[in-house]
Amino acid sequence: MSALFLFFAIASCLGAVLVVISQSVVRMAFWLVVSLGSVAALFFLADADFVGAAQLLIYVGGTLVLLVFGVMLTASGPYMKIETSPGETAIAGVVGSLFLFMVISSTPSGSAQLTLDEDGHTVVKRTGDWEAIHDAVKPATSTPDDGSFDDKSDGNTLRPIGWALLGLRPDRVDITRETEAGKKKEAADPASGPTAAPGYLLPFEIASVHLLVVLIGAAYLARAKRRSDEAS
Amino acid sequence: MATLNAYLLVGAVLFVCGVICMATKRNGIGVLMGVELVLNGANVNFVAFSKFTSLGLDGQVFSLFIIVLAAAEAAVALAIALNFYNNHLTIDVDRGNKLKG
Repeated sequence: MSALFLFFAIASCLGAVLVVISQSVVRMAFWLVVSLGSVAALFFLADADFVGAAQLLIYVGGTLVLLVFGVMLTASGPYMKIETSPGETAIAGVVGSLFLFMVISSTPSGSAQLTLDEDGHTVVKRTGDWEAIHDAVKPATSTPDDGSFDDKSDGNTLRPIGWALLGLRPDRVDITRETEAGKKKEAADPASGPTAAPGYLLPFEIASVHLLVVLIGAAYLARAKRRSDEAS
Repeated sequence: MATLNAYLLVGAVLFVCGVICMATKRNGIGVLMGVELVLNGANVNFVAFSKFTSLGLDGQVFSLFIIVLAAAEAAVALAIALNFYNNHLTIDVDRGNKLKG
């Protein structure tokens, strides 16, 4: 696990750096394949099997083929090179190092502790260490393990994601109902409407319509035209 | 080893590489590759938070939407790049100065 994670993390970072460094577009596409494939492997290692499969299918299988087609259709030579000047490369290296240092140094670290406010709700004091917050918050909000998705189990996220895209959230059953029932000291009424976390049916539909619009727009933009004569 | 901060480090490296790629590449296709790297950095962060925090399944669903929108963005941007190439006979983004920007 750890060795695999280290290997794929280094491969993805190295591929990304080589995308920036290499000058030929074809080599850039190759290193982008390496980087994105390693990111898909990282997804598998993070128990996100469906996201990893979608990453492999859509990114590595679809988007990169599209990019390589773009390289082929726009290349004026067999190896198209539009060089970046060395001064720009040096400035980009310095700026990139500083930016990376800034992003990394902004990664939170610290400890979390739970306190109770006047209403009896649990409040996380330090919003620093995410894992400590997770360990502190998880027993308060999670439902007992009934075989549905929880992030400690292995993968198997296909069915919960499918349910979530259809608007059902069986992995977040009745969190709000339980807390409200605990506050009002009465049993939760099943007929009081949906109280579980909502699903993703509306974003799913919006994404599908968006893809249709993009399909029409891309076909309109890329249609065959006579090349303009006054092009410089 | 595979902690949350390690995943965040990978995401940060991908993000910074993508930003630098977008800023320095003069090739239009290279700029698009930089955009893909940035979106992947965001995806790594979403999946890592989905695993290591109480975010649960929401992060994974969100990264799925990002993947779908990135594919759509790549299709439209490549159509624009082909149009640019048809008009300018090059893909060098420094030549796209018709708008005097």
